Amino acid sequence: MNFVALIGRAFLGFLATAGRLVLFALAGVSHIFRPPYYYRLIWRQMVDIGYYSLPVVGLTGLFAGMVLALQSYTGFARFSAEGAVATVVVLSMTRELGPVLAGLMVAGRIGASIAAEIGTMRVTEQIDALTTLATNPFKYLVAPRLFAGITMLPILVLVADIIGIFGGYVVSVYKLEFNAPNYLKRSWEFLEVIDVVSGLVKASVFGFLVTLMGCYQGYNSKRGAQGVGAATTNAVVASSILILIFNYIITELFFSK
Amino acid sequence: MNARGNGSGNGPAPNGSTGAPVIRMRDVHKAFGPKKVLQGIDLDVGERESVVIIGGSGTGKSVTLKCILGLLEPDKGSIKVDGEEVVGLTGQARDRINAKFGMLFQGAALFDSLSIWENVAFGLIQGRGMGRAEAKKVAIEKMGMVGLGKHVADLFPAEMSVGMQKRAGLARAIAADPEIVFFDEPTTGLDPIMADVINELIVHVVKDVGCSALTITHDMASARKIANRVAMLYEGRIIWAGPVDQIDRSGNEYLDQFIHGRPEGPIQLQVRAL
Ligand SMILES: Nc1ncnc2c1ncn2[C@@H]1O[C@H](COP(=O)(O)OP(=O)(O)OP(=O)(O)O)[C@@H](O)[C@H]1O
Ligand SMILES: [Mg+2]
Repeated sequence: MNFVALIGRAFLGFLATAGRLVLFALAGVSHIFRPPYYYRLIWRQMVDIGYYSLPVVGLTGLFAGMVLALQSYTGFARFSAEGAVATVVVLSMTRELGPVLAGLMVAGRIGASIAAEIGTMRVTEQIDALTTLATNPFKYLVAPRLFAGITMLPILVLVADIIGIFGGYVVSVYKLEFNAPNYLKRSWEFLEVIDVVSGLVKASVFGFLVTLMGCYQGYNSKRGAQGVGAATTNAVVASSILILIFNYIITELFFSK
Repeated sequence: MNARGNGSGNGPAPNGSTGAPVIRMRDVHKAFGPKKVLQGIDLDVGERESVVIIGGSGTGKSVTLKCILGLLEPDKGSIKVDGEEVVGLTGQARDRINAKFGMLFQGAALFDSLSIWENVAFGLIQGRGMGRAEAKKVAIEKMGMVGLGKHVADLFPAEMSVGMQKRAGLARAIAADPEIVFFDEPTTGLDPIMADVINELIVHVVKDVGCSALTITHDMASARKIANRVAMLYEGRIIWAGPVDQIDRSGNEYLDQFIHGRPEGPIQLQVRAL
């Protein structure tokens, strides 16, 4: 077959999928703002995404901060720049590692469970049943999850940042024998508001991407257990990749001169 | 086309219909890719009439219901509900139509994150904006009508047997006092006594409550009990439709073979002999 035609077809297929995803996202987001609001469902999603992800995200942040201190210390010691460890830990956590690691962990935890739950509802006709009961599935299923993702991820990331910086502090002070007040002073010295804010913006976008992909894959799940399984995998893989892509884009927007 | 069956409807009004039709399907087609499922369905359901659709497994009975409910979009044809064309309706216009409907899905389709009474009350709480306490009272009353006691109200669907789920789905379908009810195989998976309770309930819903009903069933005893009119679906069309008391003398060999469950006849099953 004609090679150019093959590429053309693949490209058109990609555009069609992207278009469907954008339409899905627009419909979902528009229902966040239009009444009626299902407070009970929104609350449940916020608890599920925010509260129950705390242990996973907290542990991830803790160990990321700890290893960051250890690595940068052993690396920087080679050119006697150990003094920069505190700054490196703080900036890396708030700008990059906090949002990205939390985003990826939540993609695994929440993205998968949303896709599985909505996918199961699709294949067992519960979504059809919603429609026949005059309830819009976008409003009932998609909007609460998107809202919870957008709002809860920044909070999770803030927690991860704090715990991560604390982890770096513990390793630096108790293992690497830094002077504690000095380390703390170093931590805040170069930290700017934009470092934290850019991280929280990233978190919000990642929360949107994770919940969106979970909902989208679940909603369009093929029939049967296999369909739900594929939807779950696709949701995790797609949202993880999107997180890394958007991480670059947002960094570019915030920090490139 | 009518060579195959007598009295089937491509005409303006398929025979036997009583009153003004609340549902009127004309020449409805639906295919999934190359697979043509519906190939010109004509079907009327009159006001306060109970119509039963029979037909082999996989002939498109459930698809027919889903087309009426707007869950599937027909490729071609017209579906009118109370005289209003509903093909292609979306959003609030569709919700307004669906508010007239109550549907029991073949697999019950209960929301498994909600308890049974919340399932039954769903249309009351979400659709009508009824308070939870009042809705629970109505839900428990409707559950009583399908033989589900108070003690199951707080169970979750996963904790119930298939037959109980089916009955809960039935209670949900009738909870909001719909004008038109659709039942996809209401008695499959039930014991004979419970099946008869459900038959009685459907008769009650049509006779006393005044609903119109469109039911799918494989159970001929049930069909005889609940139907005013029977329509047989075969190869994507309604090949016979008529009053229930005529099904034994329809002279239609497809229908005869089906209601007597004979392996030999014009309907050839795609199975190989052992
Ligand atoms: N969403 C769908 N996508 C693709 N094909 C479908 C879909 N829904 C139904 N079909 C096909 O349409 C045909 C009719 O399905 P339908 O569920 O209406 O059968 P049925 O008459 O209800 O059978 P049964 O009595 O076994 O429930 C089947 O062959 C099925 O494979
Ligand atoms: Mg069916």
